Amino acid sequence: MIPLQPPRRLIDVEIDGETVRVPEGSTILDACAAAGKDIPTLCYGDTLTPKNACRVCVVEVEGARTLAPACSRKAEKGMKVGTDTERARQSRKVVLELLGSSVDMSTTPRAAEWVEEYDADPARFGDDAATVEQPAKVDNELYVRDYSKCIMCYKCVDACGDQWQNTFAIGVAGRGFDTTISTEFDAPLTDSACVYCGNCVEVCPTGALSFKTEFDMRAEGTWDESKQTETTTICSYCGVGCNLTLHVQDNKIVKVTSPHDNPVTKGNLCVKGRFGYGYV
Amino acid sequence: MDLRFRGAEPSEEERAAVDALLGPPASAWDGGSRTEADLRFAARAEAARDQLLPALHAVNDRVGWISEGALEYICRRLTIPPAEAYGVATFYALFSMKERPKRVLHVCTDLACQAKGAESVRRRVEDHFGPAGTSWHESPCLGMCERAPAALALEAGTPPVAQVYAPATPDTITTMAEAPPSSNGSTPSVKVTGETPERAAVPQAGQDGLLLLRRIGTVDPASLDDYRAAGGYTALRRAFDLGPAGVIREVLESGLVGRGGAAFPTGRKWDATARQPDHPHYLVCNADESEPGTFKDRVIMEGDPYALVEAMTIAAYATGCAKGYLYIRGEYPRAVARLQHAIATARARGLLGDDILGKGLSFDIELRRGAGAYICGEETAIFNSIEGQRGEPRSKPPFPVEKGLFGKPTVVNNVETLVNVLPILERGAQAYAAAEPKLFCVSGAVERPGVYELTFGATLRELLDLSGTTGTTRAVLLGGAAGAFVTDLDIPLTFEGTRAAGATLGSGVVLVIDDGVDLKSLLLRIAEFFRDESCGQCVPCRVGTVRQEEALHRLSRRVDDDDLVLLREVGQTMRDASICGLGQTAWNAVESAIDRLGVFR
Repeated sequence: MIPLQPPRRLIDVEIDGETVRVPEGSTILDACAAAGKDIPTLCYGDTLTPKNACRVCVVEVEGARTLAPACSRKAEKGMKVGTDTERARQSRKVVLELLGSSVDMSTTPRAAEWVEEYDADPARFGDDAATVEQPAKVDNELYVRDYSKCIMCYKCVDACGDQWQNTFAIGVAGRGFDTTISTEFDAPLTDSACVYCGNCVEVCPTGALSFKTEFDMRAEGTWDESKQTETTTICSYCGVGCNLTLHVQDNKIVKVTSPHDNPVTKGNLCVKGRFGYGYV
Repeated sequence: MDLRFRGAEPSEEERAAVDALLGPPASAWDGGSRTEADLRFAARAEAARDQLLPALHAVNDRVGWISEGALEYICRRLTIPPAEAYGVATFYALFSMKERPKRVLHVCTDLACQAKGAESVRRRVEDHFGPAGTSWHESPCLGMCERAPAALALEAGTPPVAQVYAPATPDTITTMAEAPPSSNGSTPSVKVTGETPERAAVPQAGQDGLLLLRRIGTVDPASLDDYRAAGGYTALRRAFDLGPAGVIREVLESGLVGRGGAAFPTGRKWDATARQPDHPHYLVCNADESEPGTFKDRVIMEGDPYALVEAMTIAAYATGCAKGYLYIRGEYPRAVARLQHAIATARARGLLGDDILGKGLSFDIELRRGAGAYICGEETAIFNSIEGQRGEPRSKPPFPVEKGLFGKPTVVNNVETLVNVLPILERGAQAYAAAEPKLFCVSGAVERPGVYELTFGATLRELLDLSGTTGTTRAVLLGGAAGAFVTDLDIPLTFEGTRAAGATLGSGVVLVIDDGVDLKSLLLRIAEFFRDESCGQCVPCRVGTVRQEEALHRLSRRVDDDDLVLLREVGQTMRDASICGLGQTAWNAVESAIDRLGVFR
């Protein structure tokens, strides 16, 4: 049973000239969803506090000097928001170009679609443009960290840290373009505080963190999402009863996720639910 | 929180450095030895995350770098996950996580120094010490622009030594011999050598009619008695007569706006903080002056430290703060030493602490040192830095007056802003507003570089008449790396006047460029600066500053219209979509150089 929240006032917000009514405290992104607008997001996570680091969701708020991140800015009464203005589109385009030119976005869902929609050209910065390319870190049997695909959205750090797992195995290290997600002194995961819950993999928006099975199958060229089925079931290990979604290809479990709308676990699992499927 | 350690042990010296700051460990949980009591009672460690930066400084100051054993020990003492502490330590340029020599030379290659021949110093250092990276670094602006080119050697030890080379000549800098200690400014915590008298930075020193600079170079900065004899603490007495609401009214009426660059009305900030029902309130004095070409706050802190202590006391009284943090950038050893001394003296004399001047006001100041990060001068990044987090700006709203330091209502002002409160109270708001003083940091191709005090309304030409120029003035960079180049010398030096001219007063930088300076390399340095100092949080700034620098490299070899379009698009996106002022202004100076000076035509 979910306890009833105290009633919230409704406020009117104008999205692209259309008035929508949302509960007080909603974000602009919520209001956009209510108005049926599709705003691209990368660092936004439905189970995490918005970090608003990627800036692909920027919208134009009337009267503001700069663009506002839709994912975190609270909608205010009477706010006039433009989601598709020239300025907002231009910023999204350049942000996609900046990301696409520095990070491998080949496994980021919808990235290719957005690049096309915003007419972005990540190749315009030339062949010498600096990238974050580096070898993938394969230091354990369960999941792989391929930071050449990392857009620094902070979601894995938040999930590992005080927002969910409270393990604090990874942090953000360095500064500027050289910022990375790292354990202390870049030690291998097996030496770190990691408990292999895989909740970081669950929230990663680009595939920088992936199951070892997925990583290996992609390397072999056998990963094929069109041949996969998803079955949601209940974890059989303990009495909590977490939901598991088993991704099955060729009659084999290749990945385990968990529904984010589960009111108890919100997509989080422990090592057994996430990786302990070998007995099936 | 379940901490997991890899088992690296600190050396005796590292352990001693941390214990000197935090005291001996209370239990085995804290990193002490196991006792009988540990087996019988569960130890409860107090998380003290905000001591992380001071603890890192303690080790770095004594040993010169931070080993894994030292970091683990700090984490045990403060109950911090090692991965997080590593993230914080690697954020700051003055810390090293690899072993390095105890003495490290920081050679300023930033704007003002570059205009004064830093390149030849850098080349000589490179010839002498080998490639940059271990025993020496190229440094962003050290804030000694009036004595450019400058360099600063930091040597770990007990006490650590800071040796200033300004002006640095290719010969002096390569002789490692220690200069004789300066006659004043030495304290037990940092030994500062090679400094010049603070009067040298203020060409107007001793003149009549100065308000903010009147004591600098004429009153002994170490003596509280001299400060009081020269008018000190009359403003605080007046404040007690007016009461907190009266002080805020006076500051509101004076029209004082913030001098850090954003020009927000100070009175409104104070009023909004004072009204917050949430408690406690905090005061933060932003002395992380790092905008290239800016050194006014350093000159005030070195030459008139008690003025800042008094001004902070008044601000705390008006806004209901019992605790103030003074955050001074790590590259200002003499300012740190002066303020440590001033705060300790004021405390001993009952001007800080409980019941100040017998008026029942309780207020104290804690001094914090930065560790080499321009971004920590951003008003919310400074909170994260004090709290022991990475110095990344927070997104606003909520604004500091509502949720600032430790999530509490906070008033954050820079040094010059606070010091302005003294003449407001001494002279009254109206008299102050009739002749409002503003400090300018004049450097580059001028005869008498230094901090100048003018009343608002003077033109750039009048300022340059005072300082005198050398060579043929080609342009003036107003507001530092985040500012803009101007060529019209008749613009009034006011916030409105500079805005109308498409520039900004910013932090008061007036860097004069003569025709002997290579503008392209100056622009490259600006781009490099922003690339180095971007915190890396948001994409427009993290990647945009890199792409801006790459395009400028290409353009300085060959002018290409595609690259100019690219610069404009990336620049506009940084301005529109970055989280904080760093990214939002990273393109300003480059844009103005292209548009007004025709650099790549």
